Amino acid sequence: MIDFELSPEEQAILEQAHEDAVKLYRPIARYYDEHEHESPDEFIDTMWAKRGEGALFGLGVTAALRIEETCWGDAGLMLVSPGPGLGGAAVMATGTADQHKRFLTRFNEGEPKWGAMAMTEPSCGSDTAAIQTTAVQDGNEWVLNGEKIFVTWGKRAVEQAGIVIVWATVDKSAGRAGMKSFVVECGTPGMKVEKLEHKLGIKASDTATVVFEDCRIPFENILGSPEVRKLDKTKTEGFKKAMATFDATRPIVAAMALGVGRAALDFVKETLEKDGIEIRYGLPRNKLTSIERDVMDMEANYKAAKMLMMRATWMMSQLLPNSIESSMAKAKAGLAVTKITQKAVELMGPLGYSRKYLLEKWMRDGKINDLFEGTGQINMLVVARRVLGFSRDQLK
Amino acid sequence: MISFTPSEEQQMILNTIKQFATDEIREIYRECEESGEIPDDIVNTAWELGLIATGIPEDLGGLGGEQSAVTGSLIAEELAWGDLAIAMKILCPALVAFPILEMGTEEQKRKYLPAFCDEKYKAATAALIEPRFNFDPLALSTTAKVDGSDYVLNGEKCYVQLAAEADLLLVYAAENGSNQGFIIEKGASGLEIGEREKNMGIKALPTYELTLKDCRVPKENRLGGEAGCDFNRILNRSRVALSAMAVGVGRAAFEYSRDYAIDRHAFGEPIASRQAIAFMIAEMAMEVDATRLMTWEAAWKLDRKEEATKDSSLVKMYADDMVLKVTDGGVQILGGHGYIREHPVELWLRNGRGFVTFDGMAIV
Repeated sequence: MIDFELSPEEQAILEQAHEDAVKLYRPIARYYDEHEHESPDEFIDTMWAKRGEGALFGLGVTAALRIEETCWGDAGLMLVSPGPGLGGAAVMATGTADQHKRFLTRFNEGEPKWGAMAMTEPSCGSDTAAIQTTAVQDGNEWVLNGEKIFVTWGKRAVEQAGIVIVWATVDKSAGRAGMKSFVVECGTPGMKVEKLEHKLGIKASDTATVVFEDCRIPFENILGSPEVRKLDKTKTEGFKKAMATFDATRPIVAAMALGVGRAALDFVKETLEKDGIEIRYGLPRNKLTSIERDVMDMEANYKAAKMLMMRATWMMSQLLPNSIESSMAKAKAGLAVTKITQKAVELMGPLGYSRKYLLEKWMRDGKINDLFEGTGQINMLVVARRVLGFSRDQLK
Repeated sequence: MISFTPSEEQQMILNTIKQFATDEIREIYRECEESGEIPDDIVNTAWELGLIATGIPEDLGGLGGEQSAVTGSLIAEELAWGDLAIAMKILCPALVAFPILEMGTEEQKRKYLPAFCDEKYKAATAALIEPRFNFDPLALSTTAKVDGSDYVLNGEKCYVQLAAEADLLLVYAAENGSNQGFIIEKGASGLEIGEREKNMGIKALPTYELTLKDCRVPKENRLGGEAGCDFNRILNRSRVALSAMAVGVGRAAFEYSRDYAIDRHAFGEPIASRQAIAFMIAEMAMEVDATRLMTWEAAWKLDRKEEATKDSSLVKMYADDMVLKVTDGGVQILGGHGYIREHPVELWLRNGRGFVTFDGMAIV
């Protein structure tokens, strides 16, 4: 039955998340925006201690809504919170039971840990099949060589504690079929951070370049089958695994986008309200002021994206295939947050552009959601191919 | 618990309506558009599905089921996917039946609802829109004043569907600044039905101007009697119904242009193989879906009797924009062929543009 009701338990989780966002995230949001690469150690310890309240990267509607609340607090800090993260999501989505045990149980014990995902390379972004990093089998080990950039959580996962999921090819001639993912544990010789990026936004989050030089890992650290199947170029195991990960992570990025978008929207509405301006819902278009139209348009776009995000995560929780829905959610939410925050800066005038308030930061933070986990265009391409029933060759 | 799946019962209804829209409506809609007439057969067949009688209590001849805005939205989308004008005609009697069912006095229910459970289609309609560019449903120019045991109504209405054949009309008018509904029977004195209107779209659906000149209505015919009606809720239910219909029209245009873009070749490959076209189609799919889900959520709030003005207004605004963009995209993807009446996309564009105007012309 079509239903949008959250249980009292779910509501309590979201209320708690909102309280955390207000008390733990917002107060330090500006500081870590202005002190890029400085580590919020106290915050990290607090979040690690709170991890029992629910995994930040669970797979379901409540988990996603919780992430939205958190990013309403601050998206950069959310991306520095310890936990299995995107790397964990990949293991969860594609790993065996044994791998779940070996790589994920650590996130429930000991010191703070992070799970990173290393996919992008200097010469390839969205075209993940063009990955140059190699994995060569040597006895009962894999030897990794290559360079990965834009690794979120990279520095922490590599240098402090955690795991890095690395995408590499086991056979360059096999193209997409040769692409596999591997789990590299923190402290493995041959894996090191080469530099940290300086970014437009989400500055609290460390974005690292990670280099692999004859980095040896156990053979069992491959996610999925080591076999290279060349029979069907378009539907290959390795690539499908990567896509399965995206199906799980894209709605999460959509939820993050929604949090930032709603932060901006709330700021606009509160500011207008203080000035005695009320949004008169239900009035005909030609009676609304331009500002009312703009705010309603922003709210409607937020809602549209939220509904798509909730559907995609709900499908995931029901174990229904959700490739098209997760890409729709990601594409729409990335675009919505970009539009909403940029419009909000315009509407708020000097308040929007000033660093006295967080709005200008949200505009910078929000933009990342239209870029990572597949740019808006790549997600539209995924949707288009699915809607049309076209292969990669039929729609480039 | 969050769920995006219709119930088994809803799915059954949905399947039936889908079949009906595909087999019956899609067979004749262009002919109806060209001739300006919708045959009785098709509305009677639809009537047999009990779409309106379902929610009417058994002792009044109905099926005693639940009147649900979510179910209504599912139905409205499918019918409008078939054809908007035919969908509006099929659902038009609900404009009188549903408000009486929810807000009418016991007497009004007993007097008027049994007719909606008859075997044959019962034309009934509502009059809300007034003929001025800055029409505002919240500030009606049509007035109702008490005079003895009657109300006296004065004003002008337009876009009144089926006014000439309807036995019952629910006319909305301002009574001391508060909007109320008045049930008027066919032939009431002072009720003048004008000429049939000529519109850009929904040409198969007869709509009329209506003039009320000292039209007298017995006091007991005010919707809800002494208590009056919840006019905002009626508007919200209408917004949700129209949004659902916009999704149906949008989906029709999306599906047609998607199929066309796969079949149509240029430069040695399907035009859909070009991102310029493919991205338009992807966006259509995404926006149709997003609007549908927003419609469901607003409908769900209505079913829970929650205040839904914000949600229903937002989705209606979004749906108005979506359906225009998607139907225009349909014409654009077909290029010159989209402009020719051999293809349906031009019809959907004309119908799609209407949603901003159709206040109160459908209800769930």
